[in-house]
Amino acid sequence: MLIKQRKASDESENNVTSEWAYLNRRKLMLGAGAALIGAGAALSDLQRRDAGPRELGSLDFSQNPAFRPDEVVTPEAAVTRYNNFYEFGVSKEDPFINAWRLQTSPWSVTVDGFTDKPGTYAFEDLVDMNALQERIYRLRCVEAWSMVIPWIGVPLASIIKKLAPTSDAKYVVFETLADPAQMPGIRWPVIDWPYQEGLRMDEAMNDLAFIAVGLFGKEIPNQNGAPMRLVTPWKYGFKSIKSIVRITFSDTQPTTSWMKTGPSEYGFFSNVNPEVSHPRWSQARERRIGEFGRRDTLKFNGYGEEVADLYAGMDLRKYF
Amino acid sequence: MDIFSATSLRRYGKPIAHAALALPLLMVIGDVYDYITTGFSVGLGANPPEALNRHLGQWALRVLILSLVITPLSTLIGSPKPVLFRRMVGLWAFAYVVLHLASYIALDKVFEWDEIWQDIVKRTFITLGMAAFVLLILLAATSTNWAVRKLKAKRWKRLHRLVYPAVILAAVHFIMMRKGLQIEPLIYAGIVAALLGFRLVGRARRGL
Repeated sequence: MLIKQRKASDESENNVTSEWAYLNRRKLMLGAGAALIGAGAALSDLQRRDAGPRELGSLDFSQNPAFRPDEVVTPEAAVTRYNNFYEFGVSKEDPFINAWRLQTSPWSVTVDGFTDKPGTYAFEDLVDMNALQERIYRLRCVEAWSMVIPWIGVPLASIIKKLAPTSDAKYVVFETLADPAQMPGIRWPVIDWPYQEGLRMDEAMNDLAFIAVGLFGKEIPNQNGAPMRLVTPWKYGFKSIKSIVRITFSDTQPTTSWMKTGPSEYGFFSNVNPEVSHPRWSQARERRIGEFGRRDTLKFNGYGEEVADLYAGMDLRKYF
Repeated sequence: MDIFSATSLRRYGKPIAHAALALPLLMVIGDVYDYITTGFSVGLGANPPEALNRHLGQWALRVLILSLVITPLSTLIGSPKPVLFRRMVGLWAFAYVVLHLASYIALDKVFEWDEIWQDIVKRTFITLGMAAFVLLILLAATSTNWAVRKLKAKRWKRLHRLVYPAVILAAVHFIMMRKGLQIEPLIYAGIVAALLGFRLVGRARRGL
């Protein structure tokens, strides 16, 4: 047994500056400065910030041996501090700083469209927390950077089966929460909120499509899409929609948020494809976060064996 | 002693201005050193080439805008003294543009020249940024007293009006670089529009 002898000089646990406060020390100082100048709003903001993000509980899960690639996992600090989640701000650190406002419990998801079981489902009714598995997936962002991430969750198919879509359901449409009270980024129409994404039904039922509720052995942090987010590793990152509050079964292909914003830039499928260039970024190569140089991008992000069949006979230049 | 006399502005004001304009560069130089030597930098975050490139690009645009504030300021306060700083600010803007481009070539694209060329010809926002850079090369190259004499004041002035298309290109480059409709680049574009509008109004008043 470990008996910890406290010396008089030892700091007690509750006196230690939290990692969150330490990492945000400059912003906290800025906040303090603004408050001193007399901005009452900044003061109340600072007081709420003092709460910091919620404690992330640990999860019980098994490791899925099929998804343990021989690759270096990206450092947790990068995965949780370098995010695109425009509802919390457009710069990469904004979600880490702002996402503590998100209330993830209780969480409910509205299910509608072509289904025999429409209604409002509690998070716990959708995700079987006794069947959690860990999968290490590559994530390739359309901005030409990539990571290797250990997700914890359940196959999307396991959720869809519970929701009993009818034979008319050809597509699944997902929607992210859009609450200005919790999401400061929503005040400005960067895109037409709420954020929407979608998959063709056979893509959604593919074993790779995953709903993540955890990350690095713990509950998923808010900035990574708590409490539940999609992970489709063969598609660009923006397809992997975060903080899902609505699942709609549709008979027609939805026009997703990025398709509305830039029809020539973003297609419905958005499969990782080094051969199809994007008006903003060449997709031929990528920077793996943590590496100095760049590496070649793999078609379907290296998951061709699992998903190439879904697109047999399709011209992927046309259906980008 | 009048601290705003031309002599003291030259003697003390200029070194202070140089130091101030160098600050955005000095802020990141340690981080860049860390990144190049260790592949890692606390200050630049998870994607150092991206963070550095954006920092330098943002300051290039800010300092370029500052160079366009000087003439209207001089008109407003009815004194030519701010103009003492105009060339210096313009050259610092050029320096940040060069560093912005260098970080893109050396750290972001790691000298993948083929990829860089593809970017320039195929990606509109990069094409526009490069066009702005080419215009600014002309201005920086003709920024010496010798060039002013050689070109004669009138032609030199006309040539240096190229800063207007350059700053418009830079502002559009920034808007297009961001995904979706973002407020920050629009604020910069608004400031650019106001500064150019000020000049248009001035010209109209002078009946030109």
